[in-house]
Amino acid sequence: MSDPFANRGNRDASVVNPRPGGTADGSRHSGPTRPGRTGDPFLIGENMRGGYGKADILNGCTLAVEKGQIAVIVGPNGAGKSTAMKAIFGMLNLREGSVRLDGQDISALNPQDRVKAGMGFVPQVANVFPTMTVEENLEMGAYLRGDDFRQTMQQVYELFPAVADKRRQNAGELSGGQRQQVAVGRALMTQPKLLMLDEPTAGVSPIVMDELFDRIIEIARTGISILMVEQNAKQALEIADIGYVLVQGANRYTGTGAQLMADPEVRRTFLGG
Amino acid sequence: MSTNRQAETSASPWRAPLLFAVVILLIVLEGTVSNAMFSGSWNSALSILNMGLISAVTALGVNMIWGYGGLFNAGVVGFVALGGLAPVLVSTQPVPGAWAAGGPQLVLALAAGLATLVIAVTAAARMKGVGRLPVVVLILIAGYVVTRMLFDPAVTAIEANNPSKAGNIGGLGLPVLLSWPVGMVFAAIAAWGIGKVALGLRSDYLAIATLGIGEIIVAILKNEGWLARGVLNITGVPRPVPYELALQSNPAFVEAAARWAMDPATASAIYVKLCYAAVFVAVVLILILLSELALYSPWGRMMRAIRDNETAAEAMGKDVTRRHLHLFIIGCAVIGLSGAMMVTLDGLMAPGGYNPLRYTFLVWVMVIVGGSGNNWGAVLGAVLIWFLWIKAEVWGPAGMSLLTSPLSDGPLRQHLIESAPQMRFVAMGLVLLLVLRFAPRGLLPER
Amino acid sequence: MDILNALVAILNFVVIPAAAYGAQLALGALGVTLIYGILRFSNFAHGDTMAFGTAIVILLTWGLQSLGVSLGPLPTALLALPLGIALTALLALLTDRWVYRHYRQVRAAPIVVVMASVGVMFVMNGLTRLVIGVDEIQFADGARFVISVPQFKAMTGLTEGLALRTTQAITLAIAALSVWALFAFMNRTRAGKAMRAYADNEDLALLSGIDPDRVVRLTWIIATGLAVLAGTLYGLDKSFKAFNYFQILLPVFAAAIVGGLGSPLGAIAGGFLIAFSEVALTYPWKKIAEYLGFEPAGLLQMLGTEYKLAISFVILIVVLLVRPTGLFRGKAY
Repeated sequence: MSDPFANRGNRDASVVNPRPGGTADGSRHSGPTRPGRTGDPFLIGENMRGGYGKADILNGCTLAVEKGQIAVIVGPNGAGKSTAMKAIFGMLNLREGSVRLDGQDISALNPQDRVKAGMGFVPQVANVFPTMTVEENLEMGAYLRGDDFRQTMQQVYELFPAVADKRRQNAGELSGGQRQQVAVGRALMTQPKLLMLDEPTAGVSPIVMDELFDRIIEIARTGISILMVEQNAKQALEIADIGYVLVQGANRYTGTGAQLMADPEVRRTFLGG
Repeated sequence: MSTNRQAETSASPWRAPLLFAVVILLIVLEGTVSNAMFSGSWNSALSILNMGLISAVTALGVNMIWGYGGLFNAGVVGFVALGGLAPVLVSTQPVPGAWAAGGPQLVLALAAGLATLVIAVTAAARMKGVGRLPVVVLILIAGYVVTRMLFDPAVTAIEANNPSKAGNIGGLGLPVLLSWPVGMVFAAIAAWGIGKVALGLRSDYLAIATLGIGEIIVAILKNEGWLARGVLNITGVPRPVPYELALQSNPAFVEAAARWAMDPATASAIYVKLCYAAVFVAVVLILILLSELALYSPWGRMMRAIRDNETAAEAMGKDVTRRHLHLFIIGCAVIGLSGAMMVTLDGLMAPGGYNPLRYTFLVWVMVIVGGSGNNWGAVLGAVLIWFLWIKAEVWGPAGMSLLTSPLSDGPLRQHLIESAPQMRFVAMGLVLLLVLRFAPRGLLPER
Repeated sequence: MDILNALVAILNFVVIPAAAYGAQLALGALGVTLIYGILRFSNFAHGDTMAFGTAIVILLTWGLQSLGVSLGPLPTALLALPLGIALTALLALLTDRWVYRHYRQVRAAPIVVVMASVGVMFVMNGLTRLVIGVDEIQFADGARFVISVPQFKAMTGLTEGLALRTTQAITLAIAALSVWALFAFMNRTRAGKAMRAYADNEDLALLSGIDPDRVVRLTWIIATGLAVLAGTLYGLDKSFKAFNYFQILLPVFAAAIVGGLGSPLGAIAGGFLIAFSEVALTYPWKKIAEYLGFEPAGLLQMLGTEYKLAISFVILIVVLLVRPTGLFRGKAY
C-alpha cells in the first residue's frame, strides 16, 4: 500500500481535524431531466444496477411508492438496502436503470438538485449539525428556500413538540430519539414530496420507536410519500402500505405490509418466526 | 477510488540509479564546468555534497518518523541543535577553572530540576481527586525556586571564568567520533520526554509539541552561555580528519598534489572534504542498511501494519502508542546524529544559525520530494534539494537580471536583483507543491 | 498611595501590554481555528500570511504617506488596511484554487494538506522577503500616546506613570470590533450559519444545498482578513520583521489549541491566557513588591524574556495533560 494521499496512520490532532471529511461528491453537475413514463408510480427506482467499485451491490432492484404512502425496505445485512436509498437519492452512480419522481426522469440529477426536485433524505448517522441549535438545524434544512419558511418550521414544531421545547439547545446535546426528530424535521423544511429515511429508529428505545412511527404515519397523511429502510422489520411492516424484501441487491418479495407479515416464508427467513 | 490510486504505474527499476546519476552529474558539473550556472570549483561541489549528505542523515531520521510512523515532527531543528551540542561537550578541550567555578553546584541544580519533574509526575500519577492539580503545581513551583537558587550562582560563576575566550563549562577532550553517538543519545532523551507527553492514546499533539520544543532547545543554546557560549559560538571543535595546514606542511602530500597539477592549498581543502565525504557516505549507507534490515524484520512488519491499518493493528493487540514512541525516539536519534556530524564538519557551534525554515521545513521538503517512506528517496531528495537550495541563491540574481533586462536600470530593477537570492524560498515552496501535486509519492516512490 | 502605585505599575507593565498582545494573538488564532474547523488542517502558512499581508499594508502605507495622506493622530496604516486585506485575501483565494482545491477533490488526508501548507509557507515567506526584505521596519505614525507617562503623573500626582500608546488602544478597539463582527456573522447571517454547518457535517451541509466552494472561499477570506489585521496590529505595536512573524506561529497555534481547536471563543481565551502568562512571567515584579512593602533580594522575574516562547509551550502541555480538548471543547478529541 502506498496511497500518496493517505494519512500514514497520522492522528495528530494538533494539525489535523479528526472530524471525518465529506463523502458525498459535491462537484458533480446535474444532467437534464426528461419526462417520465405514463402510468409511473409517484416515485420509482427501476431496475437499478450499480455499486461503489467494480462489483455491483444493486442487481436490478426496483422500488416504488405512491403518493402519501409508506414504503418499507427490509432485508438481511448487506442486502443493499441503504445503497438502494442512496441510488435513489443520487449518491451512487447507476450503471443501469432509472429514477423517476412525479412524472420526471431525474436519473441525471445530483443529490442537491434532487432535493430541489422534492426529495428529502435523512441519513442513518450524522444526520444533524451537532454544534448548532435545533432552530438553526431547521434553518439549514430550509437553506435552499428563498421564501418565508417560518410556517413550515411551526409545522415541524407542532409535529415534534419535544424538540420545540429545546429549540435553543444544540442538537448534539439531545437524546437519540430527539436528535432523530430534529433530523426528520430538518428534511421536512424543504417541503419535500418524498421523504427518505435510512433506519430512523436505529439505536432508540422501543417507546421512542413507536412514537417515531406514529409521527411518520402523520407525515404520510399530509400527502408526503415515505420510503424507509428499517431493521425493526416487524414494526415497520405494520405501518407499511408496501414492503420490499431485498436480498443481494435484488427484490425477493414485494407486497403490502400485511401480505408480507402473513407470508410464512418471509416470516421464517426475515422476521425471525 | 483508492483502487485507481494504487493502479498508478509502478516505478521502473532504472529510476533510482538514473536519478542518482543525475544528482552525481550535477555535483560533477559544479566541480568541473565554470559558467553562469556552475562554479567549476571542486571545493564548492564537495561542500555541497558534504552538507547534502548530512541533510540526508537528517532526512533519513525524518523519513523514519513520518514514512514509517506517520508522525509529524515540526521541531527537527531542535533535535539537530541538540545533537550538535554533543561534539562541544564531549570533544572540545576542558576549560580550565570552569568546573571548579561552579560545576558541582550546576550538576546539583540540574539534578534538583530533574527531581522536581520526577516528583511532580509521580504525584500526578499517584494522587486522585481535587487536590491533585494544586499539589502538582506547588511541587513544580517549589522545585523551580530551589533549582534557580542553585542554578543562578553556579552559572554566574562559570560564565565569569575567562569570559572573553571561554565562559562555558567546557568539554571532555574525547575523540570527536565518540560524540556522534552521544548526540544521538541527547536527541533520543529529548524525544522520549516529548513523546511521552505528546503521544496520547487516541490522538496526539506531536506537531505542536515538537514545534515548541524545537524553538525552546534553540533558545536554550542561544542564551545559556555556560553551556556552549550561546551566540558567542564555540569554534575549534576537533576533527576526525586531517587539517589542511598539516597536509600542506607534509612533503609527501605536496608532492602528490604536484603530480595532480594542483596547488597544495586547493588540494588539501579537497582532500579534507573527500575524507569527510567518505565518512558521511559510510554513515548514510550503514543507516540505510540498518533501517532496511529493521523494516523487514518482524518489528518492521509490525510497524508497517500499524501504519497501513492502525485500527486493525490495534485490534490485533499491538500497542500503537508504544510503537510510535519507539519510532519517534529512533528517528530523532538519527536527526541528532546529523546535528553532531554538522558541528563536526563546520568545526563550529553557532546557535544563531538554527533556523526552523532551513532545519525543519527544508528537511520536510527533502523527504517529500525524495519519496515518503523510501530511504533512498530521502537521500536523493536531501542531496538534490540541498544542491538546489545552495545554487538557487546564485541562480536567483542571475535569472532576475536576465528577466528584468528589458527594464531600464532603476531602483526597481536594483531592488529586484538585490532581493533575488530570496527567490530560493519561493523556489523550494514551488518544488514541494509541484511534487506533492504531480508526483505525490515523490521521486522514488515507496515500494 | 503605594498600593495605588503598585496597581498603576501592574496596569502599565503587565495588563496593558498583555491585553494588546493577547488581542493580536487572538486574531491570529481565530484564523487558525477557522481553517482547522472548516478545512480540517492547521495552516502552517498562517504566520507567513500575516507577514505578507502586513508587508503589503506597509507598502500601501508608504504610498499613502508619499501622497501626503494621513489620518491625523491615527496611524496611516489603518487607511491602507482594507486594500491590504483585499489583496492578501485575493492571494489566499488563488492559493486555494491552485493548491488546496486539488486535495479536496482527491479527498486527500488532511495531513497531506498540512504538507502542502508548508510549501505555501515557503512561497509566502519568499514573497515577503522579495517584497519588503528581512530588515526591521517601523511603520507606525501619528500620535504616539493616548496617555503618556508625564501626562498621567501630572494628572494623578502618583510617582508611578502609566502610558497608553495609540497602537495599543487601536489594537484593543479593532480587535473587539472584529471579534464582535465575526461572531455576529457566524451566528446571525445565513452565510455564517452555512459555514458552521459545513464545519459540523460536510455531507449534510451539501445535502441541505450549501455550496461547499462558497464556504471554503468565505473561510479563506475571513481567516486571511483576521491574519492581516493581527499582523498589522502586531507590527504597529512592536515592529515588522519577517522572521518574528514566522516565530509567532507557535504562540498563535498554542492559543488556538489551548482554547480548543475549532472553537472561536476558545481561540480568544487562549490568546489572552498565553499573552498574560508570557508578560506576567517575564516581568520583574521587584518594583511592585517594593511598593507593597517587601524587600525582595532578586528581580522576582520568573523567566528571562528570551524564554517567553517556552511559556506558550508549557501552558499548552499543561492544558493538554489536564483537559485534552482545550479550555472550550474544540473539535479535537
